[in-house]
Amino acid sequence: MATETLTGAQALIRSLELLGVDTVFGLPGGAILPTYDPLMDSKKLRHILVRHEQGAGHAAEGYAAASGRLGVCIATSGPGATNLVTAIADAHMDSVPMLAITGQVNSFSIGTDAFQEADIVGITMPITKHSFLVTRAEDIPGVVAAAYEIATTGRPGPVLIDFAKDAQNGKFEFSWPPKIDLPGFRPVTDPHGKQVQAAAELILKSHKPILYVGGGVIRADASKELLALAELLHAPVTTTLMARGAFPDSHPQQLGMPGMHGTVPAVTALQKSDLLITLGARFDDRVTGDIKSFAKGAKVIHVDIDPAEIGKIRHADVPIVGDAKVVILMLIAELKAQMKDSKPDYEDWWIFLKGLKERYPLGYSEPDDGKLSPQYVIQRIGELSGPEAIFASGVGQHQMWSAQFIKYERPNSWLNSGGLGTMGYAVPAAMGAKVAQPDRLVWAIDGDGCFQMTNQELATCTINNIPIKVAIINNSSLGMVRQWQTLFYNSRYSNSDLNTGTDTIMVPDFVKLGEAYGCLAIRVEKVEDVDAAIKLAMETNDRPVVIDFIVGRDAMVWPMVPSGISNDAVQYARDAAPIWDGDE
Amino acid sequence: MSTQHLLSLLVENKPGILTRVAALFARRGYNIESLAVGTTEIEGVSRITVVVSLDGQPLEQVTKQLNKLINVLKIVELEEETSVARDHMLVKVRTDSSTRSQVLEAVTLFRARVIDVVSDAVVIEVTGNTAKCQAFLKVLEPFGIKELVQSGAIAVSRGSKSMSEKVIR
Ligand SMILES: Cc1cc2nc3c(=O)[nH]c(=O)nc-3n(C[C@H](O)[C@H](O)[C@H](O)COP(=O)(O)OP(=O)(O)OC[C@H]3O[C@@H](n4cnc5c(N)ncnc54)[C@H](O)[C@@H]3O)c2cc1C
Ligand SMILES: Cc1ncc(C[n+]2csc(CCOP(=O)(O)OP(=O)(O)O)c2C)c(N)n1
Ligand SMILES: [Mg+2]
Repeated sequence: MATETLTGAQALIRSLELLGVDTVFGLPGGAILPTYDPLMDSKKLRHILVRHEQGAGHAAEGYAAASGRLGVCIATSGPGATNLVTAIADAHMDSVPMLAITGQVNSFSIGTDAFQEADIVGITMPITKHSFLVTRAEDIPGVVAAAYEIATTGRPGPVLIDFAKDAQNGKFEFSWPPKIDLPGFRPVTDPHGKQVQAAAELILKSHKPILYVGGGVIRADASKELLALAELLHAPVTTTLMARGAFPDSHPQQLGMPGMHGTVPAVTALQKSDLLITLGARFDDRVTGDIKSFAKGAKVIHVDIDPAEIGKIRHADVPIVGDAKVVILMLIAELKAQMKDSKPDYEDWWIFLKGLKERYPLGYSEPDDGKLSPQYVIQRIGELSGPEAIFASGVGQHQMWSAQFIKYERPNSWLNSGGLGTMGYAVPAAMGAKVAQPDRLVWAIDGDGCFQMTNQELATCTINNIPIKVAIINNSSLGMVRQWQTLFYNSRYSNSDLNTGTDTIMVPDFVKLGEAYGCLAIRVEKVEDVDAAIKLAMETNDRPVVIDFIVGRDAMVWPMVPSGISNDAVQYARDAAPIWDGDE
Repeated sequence: MSTQHLLSLLVENKPGILTRVAALFARRGYNIESLAVGTTEIEGVSRITVVVSLDGQPLEQVTKQLNKLINVLKIVELEEETSVARDHMLVKVRTDSSTRSQVLEAVTLFRARVIDVVSDAVVIEVTGNTAKCQAFLKVLEPFGIKELVQSGAIAVSRGSKSMSEKVIR
């Protein structure tokens, strides 16, 4: 094999190039400087200089979530590395394929409390899929290739590589491809035929099945297969917060999101179902509510690529370990064989579900204070932008409304922080998504609170010509916190006021802030200006756009199942439980 | 009610592997009763024997989570009937002229060994299953146990099959 003498740093850049990585988000410092030098000469790797390493991490996540490819971020040792921690934890919770590269002090200084030394491998052990410390240059190609493999295969997740400075500087004979030696890493993608057969039998015996679809279907790129399965069965579908877009919202079989802020039809269908066909979903407590009373009458088929997810929260009658796409295709074939010419009859089930859909559609009431209704603003952004756009959100009320009131028609169009619930995700994730998918319209729908955690990346966007659109749903408060205080703490608003609204001291003034960052920034307070503002944002592509939408602060997210109680107690609106028919 | 299980793990002998395993137990709320680590017949492969006590959590979750660690090669639960398990223990017991002979009698009875003697103490080594070691300690207790060191259980299956079969590339 032909070899070439390279430094560890050159080998790192070369390995990334050879693996097909085209973009890295990062910020240099002493311990990673050797790597930044050859990075400057790379023709294949675009480095985007962020303003905070957390931004690099979320940008890598947004890049990955929008494209399905590996997202890569780079930081120096010590504080640079610890600034990545939140984004790594976020990627871990939401199964995002990510590679985090950090510099480390010289290997002979490790353990001496050297300048900017932090044990980042130790710190991130519980929040990475795996991690490596590299102390020798010659190990670099093998480790980088292994990290790529681990991050992107099986259940995706973040992998961290910590490169000691002397490993970056050392010289060795580089050759490619390296031998990847991972005897303990054998993800199962092909399911047992017997289990698929059992699943098909259970499905054909059920009267009230529901497809409970999770983020795994998006990671598996199995939306097309899911559509075929759903239509073959004519069964209802619910998509978790992480799976919005995995099944078209316009489809008549779609019931919407399940869980704490799910639709009444989706929540109720799960409760009344006799069979959950669970695909790449993990029975999160935000979905199940009180687990003991969740879908009590249902048997469970559970498909997941991670065996540890199966039976973790809820017993599976038919466990299937495998890739969702492979499993769905096999299941379709098996069902067709078992069904012959007959179709399962879910007529009564649909009569019930259609009744729910008619009686309990998503809705909202106009705010009393005459301000904009946040749901309306978000709905218009979705309608005017269309399903080809990408929407990234922060965490809070605006996130829930974005999940509810935008109609998603395709996977990878909805990016958010579901498992960790990281405020500050939206702006950098939108930036990463726009870099991955430059031809798509990319919105960050952010809260006034979240926006203040990572808006510094607007500088990165302006300077690197990444024209994202930011819609701040400005309710002048930590709205989700305020909602809980209204409902559960006697309206005592302890530390949830942000003073960013028009009738406050407005610190900061988001329009001035946006302008300072070189964005087109405007404020919208009247309903008749909403559409024009959105259209202006869509037409402006020479710089990022910030729209400060001043919305009512008392708007609440409905429906809601209060935390920890049974999903049977779903509230359609404040003090308004759905009314069940006498025979229920 | 808590139940105890003895797990044998074959792991790649990589830096941090013990931390990864131990931290996983802590993070997921499983209690480690004992843990023993050492190299094996295969270069680069270590074996961790761990006794875990579970309060109602299924053992399956523990092994599945452990299996997700990239450096873990194989996990088996060793059941009492089909395996042998041994603890190794060093005990320093207070003795004087009046108690020494009683202590030595216990040593003989339990097939333990005295490995150091001074005027006011003896150091005893004993090997056996956990029950035997505990029983021995009970007998020694009245004399005064000054120091106690335990290896943690190590275990191997009965018969000719080896745990490392099929694991290694
Ligand atoms: C403020 C707030 C409110 C929330 N409210 C709700 C709510 O009302 N409703 C709701 O649904 N969520 C809600 N969430 C999100 C919630 O916390 C969870 O993040 C989410 O429900 C988990 O989604 P999921 O079950 O689809 O699993 P994910 O976290 O998306 O996990 C994906 C699963 O798929 C598996 N997988 C990965 N790849 C594959 C593959 N190729 N093949 C098969 N399986 C694969 C993984 O192993 C994993 O088990 C809320 C979050 C926040 C922050
Ligand atoms: C980093 C972080 N800190 C705290 C929280 C708790 N939290 C969840 S939602 C929320 C309020 C978010 O406020 P804002 O961004 O204005 O969104 P809104 O709910 O008003 O739409 C807070 C504080 C969190 N999820 N993340
Ligand atoms: Mg707010």
